[in-house]
Amino acid sequence: MDDLLKKLSEIAGVSGDEGRVRDLIKEEAKPYATDMVTDAMGNLIVYKKGTVGAKKGLIAAHMDEVGFIVKSISDDGFIRFDSMGGVDTRTVLSQRVKVTHSDIKGIFGIKAIHLQGWDERNNLLGIGSLYVDVGAKNKDETGVKIGDYIAFDTEFKDFGEGLMKGKALDDRLGCANLLYLMRNEYEDDLYFCFTVQEEIGTRGASLCANRVKPDYALILEGTFAYDVPDVPCGKEVTRLGCGPAITVADNTVICHKGLVNRLIEVAEENNIPHQFKGLIAGGTDAGAIRTAVGGVPAGVISVPCRYLHSPVSVASWADFENVRKLAYAWLTTDEKF
Amino acid sequence: MVKEFIHNMSLQVGTSGYEESVSRFVRGEFEKYCDEVSVDEYFNVTGIMRGDKWGTCQEGKKYPRIMICAHMDEIAMMVKEIDDDGFIRVSTVGGFDMRLLPGLEVVVHGKEAINGIMAAKPNHVQDDNEKGKALGTNSLFIDTGLSAQRVKDLVSIGDIVTYNSEMGELKNGLLFGKAMDDRAGIAILIATMLELKRFHFGAEVSFVATVQEEVGTKGAQMVSYRIQPDIGVAIDVTHGASPDAPAPGTIPMDKGICMAFGPNMHPTLFNRLKSVADEYAIPYATELCKGPTGTDARSIQISREGIPTLLLEIPLRYMHTPVEVISLDAVKKAGRLLANFIADMKEDWEQWTTF
Repeated sequence: MDDLLKKLSEIAGVSGDEGRVRDLIKEEAKPYATDMVTDAMGNLIVYKKGTVGAKKGLIAAHMDEVGFIVKSISDDGFIRFDSMGGVDTRTVLSQRVKVTHSDIKGIFGIKAIHLQGWDERNNLLGIGSLYVDVGAKNKDETGVKIGDYIAFDTEFKDFGEGLMKGKALDDRLGCANLLYLMRNEYEDDLYFCFTVQEEIGTRGASLCANRVKPDYALILEGTFAYDVPDVPCGKEVTRLGCGPAITVADNTVICHKGLVNRLIEVAEENNIPHQFKGLIAGGTDAGAIRTAVGGVPAGVISVPCRYLHSPVSVASWADFENVRKLAYAWLTTDEKF
Repeated sequence: MVKEFIHNMSLQVGTSGYEESVSRFVRGEFEKYCDEVSVDEYFNVTGIMRGDKWGTCQEGKKYPRIMICAHMDEIAMMVKEIDDDGFIRVSTVGGFDMRLLPGLEVVVHGKEAINGIMAAKPNHVQDDNEKGKALGTNSLFIDTGLSAQRVKDLVSIGDIVTYNSEMGELKNGLLFGKAMDDRAGIAILIATMLELKRFHFGAEVSFVATVQEEVGTKGAQMVSYRIQPDIGVAIDVTHGASPDAPAPGTIPMDKGICMAFGPNMHPTLFNRLKSVADEYAIPYATELCKGPTGTDARSIQISREGIPTLLLEIPLRYMHTPVEVISLDAVKKAGRLLANFIADMKEDWEQWTTF
């Protein structure tokens, strides 16, 4: 068990409410950082001086996770909300949550099957029909304010054979890997960027790039693994246990060709298993970073995750470690792209 | 004590027809408080408590024999198929809202308990006509993260699958977890035993944890015949009010225990129960049940030559989900109510079971 990753996964940090995650990361980064700064939007940039310092590299992972934001509280004490990021709303009924203003426990309610008509049973509920129950009898008792955030409350645990399960693996896996990577020494000056608001439109990352003005950038992510039943052959995107997924392109970025090729070469030289993200979809901070400061060569490597954007995702320990190995091997080669 | 019991009770595994392990747990708990405990062939557990005045009633009169039942079986799923990659398909046993299944954590009770996640194909690869619709069992699968070989070694067709849901607490002492229907009822049996210890009383009380209620109150049919009590009380759950199911038609969660009335319940006895609650200032709600209730009470009433029957209901939100919500306070106060009801049975108790 990786206690740091467990802590990172279980802590609540929906887009716009990354403070707790940032505080935890600051604490963990302190012994290894040359300097640290939290910028105007809440991005945390951890600077680690290189042994040579000829070039500047930016390594990013986002701190935020998908979740909800409180829109109203009814007189009888039930909470209505909107989603933050692309939550798979098929998966929320009966799930546990924390309302983060003061970690109030709640559940998504749904009236009993006995009380539903046939048409009700067959149609999924829209976000406007969902509510959170914290056990309060009235508005005041909830202790909840409009604008509070709601995060899933899921235990992080080992799962099956060589796997893990938990919430927010996208992208606390990346955050954990950044924290591990900064324990090593590098020739270049490295800026470990823990970004905010990735899930609501990769809003934080470009600020980091503008501040750092890096020569190259690498983004560590969690991405879709569709290696499950009923998915047509060829649409798996990535598969668990088959190594880091290298992105060639997604909805927000066509990765730097030379950089992608170097990642592949480095993986092969070091016998690190790898795969390609087999779907041009989704977006990452790479999209925001590569166009910043006049253009930055940028690449993405991801840990494949099943059931992304739901209360419980599944990923492989080996993939998680191999993303770190590949990132380290690439960061320590002379030629980045 | 009662809260801890509910926590442990909620985690027990026992779907209808598979109550052996939960009955073992209940037996152990009953033995702490009862004079004698027995388990029958179908795993109904009966614990008997006799009052200190039992058998000493004057002139040919006797104190009543009272039976109080709550069921210990829970709804569940069953393994239907294991595919070549080790993913498991299930059938549901009992009323499930299919819309809440994707994303739920479950336990597959194979040769050992295996944690799993219930999932469906990603929404990005759903066809347009599948979007916005509830998924049937054929579109859902359980991922255990184990290799296909390991799954096949451990899991057999027909194995039970239950929600994986540790009890939690909301505000106002509301508890949530799986199988509160009707494990919270078993908790009322325990709460009643704890209260009764403090009373001098004459009755002989049989506390029964019944089996197979969810498939037609089968356990209650067996034990009512065997025990043949003078008075029968069933404890089950009723729907608590929520925003999508407001009162009337449901019971507000803060009104305490609910007493059912209607043709399934003995009218004089019902009035007696109400007057006991009023006398001891125990809050309660009432609910009209127009026909035979869907509880053990329906079978108790028509056992042998007929048994005067009562039904106590615990208001419960989100029935048959992994997060059934009940009030700890309602459970405790129901125990107090029943203990007072029993202790107040004097030599003239028979008048309360006539018309």
